[in-house]
Amino acid sequence: MIPVSYFFVLSLVLFVLGIAAFFIRRDLITMFLAVEVMLNAANLAFVSLARSAGSTAGQVIVFFIITVAAAEAAVGLAIILLVFRQKKSIKAEDMNLMKG
Amino acid sequence: MRGFFKTRLTPHLSINIIGRLKKMGLVIFFLLATVCVASVLAMIITRNQAYSALYIVLAFAALGGLFGLLDAPFVAAVQIIIYAGAIMVLFIFVIMLVNLEKGLPPERKKWAGVLAAVLAVVLLAELLLAVQGTLFELGRTGGGTIGRPVTLGRLLFTEYLYPFEITSILIVAALVGAIVLAKKERPTE
Repeated sequence: MIPVSYFFVLSLVLFVLGIAAFFIRRDLITMFLAVEVMLNAANLAFVSLARSAGSTAGQVIVFFIITVAAAEAAVGLAIILLVFRQKKSIKAEDMNLMKG
Repeated sequence: MRGFFKTRLTPHLSINIIGRLKKMGLVIFFLLATVCVASVLAMIITRNQAYSALYIVLAFAALGGLFGLLDAPFVAAVQIIIYAGAIMVLFIFVIMLVNLEKGLPPERKKWAGVLAAVLAVVLLAELLLAVQGTLFELGRTGGGTIGRPVTLGRLLFTEYLYPFEITSILIVAALVGAIVLAKKERPTE
């Protein structure tokens, strides 16, 4: 059937695309979406290596990653809402209150 | 499936059909991989946040299909229901709430984007170099009984019981945190 290495290489490509998206886009929501892409690339790597090792444990990890991603999305989006209410902007550059 | 072909059809035909199904898997893989990568690229390029979120939904749905190809049907279903469904709906809600009248701000200087793209290519090359030795020992999909919901559930509630319970605490904490953060301050009487 399909070589598992194809999936693994695809997961590397997706991860790098997520990193590139994180640095290229400057609005908080899209940066957050980029983080989700990276998490999903990790999921794909886990599932493909689970297939390669013939064990289901790798797929169990994916559930935990999805749960953590959901928690992270809830808290992160609440923070973005808070920032928007205070600054009327979601640009990453506008979050500079901590600058000396 | 295999048994059906072997009993009902001639052996030659059965081999032919299975061979064709195998080729089909490769075609589906490349289709889904292209959709996935292309929609992430579209997410980077488009200037509209709602479109980016929808492109990501498409990418995650394609990723669900890839999980299905990797003998993980339950993970595939969870990926589409929880990720492409629930989590992305949360994003789209926030995009609707954060309604920018002036549209998105102009991007950072162009050279920063170019630099990020170049560094991403370098990182990809580095990662590929790091894994190239093991890449050919990963085997192929198909066969075995991994990824059945029965096996997954049993693992989740025996070997991984503590992590499972801890994630439920994490979810509650995140829920409370999100509510406290997003709640509007009301003047106390």
